[in-house]
Amino acid sequence: MSGFFQTDLGIVILTLAESLALIVPLLIGVAYLTLFERKVMGAMQLRKGPNIVGPFGLWQPFADALKMLFKETIIPTGSDRLLFMIAPMITFGLAVVAWAVIPVNNHWAIADINVGILYLFAISSLGVYGIIIAGWASNSKYAFLGALRSAAQMVSYEVSMGFIIVTVLVCVGSLNLNDIVMAQRHVWFAIPLFPLFIIFFISGLAETNRAPFDLAEGESEIVAGFFVEYSAMSFALFFLGEYANMILISAMTTTLFLGGWLPLFHCAPFTWLPGPFWFLGKVLFCLFVFVWVRATLPRLRYDQLMALGWKVFLPITLVYLVAVAGVLEYLGWLPNA
Amino acid sequence: MIANLAFDFFSLILLTSAVMVVTSRNPVHAVLFLILAFINAAVLFLLAGAEFLAFILAIVYVGAVAVLFLFVVMMLDVDFAAWREGFQRYAPIGALVALVLFVELAVVVAGWTIAPAAPAARMFPTPDNVTNTVALGSLIYTSYLPLFQLSGIILLVAMIGAIVLTHRDRKRAKTQNLSAQHARRPEDTLVMVSAKLNEGATLPEKEIL
Repeated sequence: MSGFFQTDLGIVILTLAESLALIVPLLIGVAYLTLFERKVMGAMQLRKGPNIVGPFGLWQPFADALKMLFKETIIPTGSDRLLFMIAPMITFGLAVVAWAVIPVNNHWAIADINVGILYLFAISSLGVYGIIIAGWASNSKYAFLGALRSAAQMVSYEVSMGFIIVTVLVCVGSLNLNDIVMAQRHVWFAIPLFPLFIIFFISGLAETNRAPFDLAEGESEIVAGFFVEYSAMSFALFFLGEYANMILISAMTTTLFLGGWLPLFHCAPFTWLPGPFWFLGKVLFCLFVFVWVRATLPRLRYDQLMALGWKVFLPITLVYLVAVAGVLEYLGWLPNA
Repeated sequence: MIANLAFDFFSLILLTSAVMVVTSRNPVHAVLFLILAFINAAVLFLLAGAEFLAFILAIVYVGAVAVLFLFVVMMLDVDFAAWREGFQRYAPIGALVALVLFVELAVVVAGWTIAPAAPAARMFPTPDNVTNTVALGSLIYTSYLPLFQLSGIILLVAMIGAIVLTHRDRKRAKTQNLSAQHARRPEDTLVMVSAKLNEGATLPEKEIL
């Protein structure tokens, strides 16, 4: 049997099965993340959240999905039809494709590639195209303004995110995500690189267009931003893409700073829980903070957003990178030196 | 076998989208085809085993440069008819440039076989046990460090030039000064004055500025 999986056909079948085993839980996770968000925000605002459909509102995501499916897809006249339909697919597809390299346990990734972190960074930098194409193809002022806002925002915050990733790489000495997690056996990078951990998470909020950086869809100024003209399933794809991106950024934060699948301490009660549960727990924690921030903080003004990215985060991350490299060199702790 | 087929497939898409960049009527479509061409070039790098170059191409060109490019083209208000007006006049110059490029390429390809050892060195530049990224890094930061820093300085000069050219000192604009706001204390702006009955209160002199 193991011989079959070495052949060309076997590898293809195995990869398909692995992808299915990843995508199905991911989609269910995305569906339940919407419920999780509404429940948590309800609790924070002294409401109950959805509680009618099913026990504790557990069937609510499926009710929402069915509602979306049965609605009419409207394509505005004057829009670029092809691009209009492709844009949500790009957004959702990229959010799912990025998961190919995320290790859920030691060497549990569909593709354990040498340059995993570069792959993740490349895919997340492509995410802006779904938004900007949607904004342009809708042929509407509000959609276009929203798209321009979010394009500028995502490009700005990617710069400081890149420097943070480089700093982590200087500490690890490898671009492989598995190696990055294994380098955190003794101490999670969230502790020595604490400021960068915080900045990475905030940049992640900006990268996913979440509150308090959700100017791209600022409903009080530009209705709903880049997806004003979208309805039914094409809207649902944007919606799902946003939540899949939230999970992805949480998984990236977990992998880079919170030690991936590694337990809190390497002693008895903590090691009983297998790695994937630790990974899930950490991702859930990050998602909770995402929701917590949304329920707590007001939206930034656009000039404040840009000033924060370019005048605060960029200098801090740049100086931190040079400082970390200098300290590692001075103490002789550089990996592979 | 599969790798060869994949190479043919992606080069076909690359060439098609490159042709579409030049021929599409809508400039936004042209830029989108350019992005498709970039992505396919990255895939070709990947198939050739240069994974670092592939992802850097995707991050830098597709993720940043092309976004700004698309940004600008979307904001342009182009009259498509006027755009195609000068085609006949400029076509010979374009053809001349293409011819020069073609001749240069032909010379390069013809020169390929002169040194028999060169192709082998070009095809297998990295040792087996060293990853692509490490090999590239150790070359750039040791043997080619002066060239690397020189290109960095050229980029810095270009950046400063762009800032100088576009900078306008808008004195009348009301911009927010965060540190000034944070440095403000109650005693800077607030005066407590006790008001007498039927007389009201007046502010101390120096505060009315």
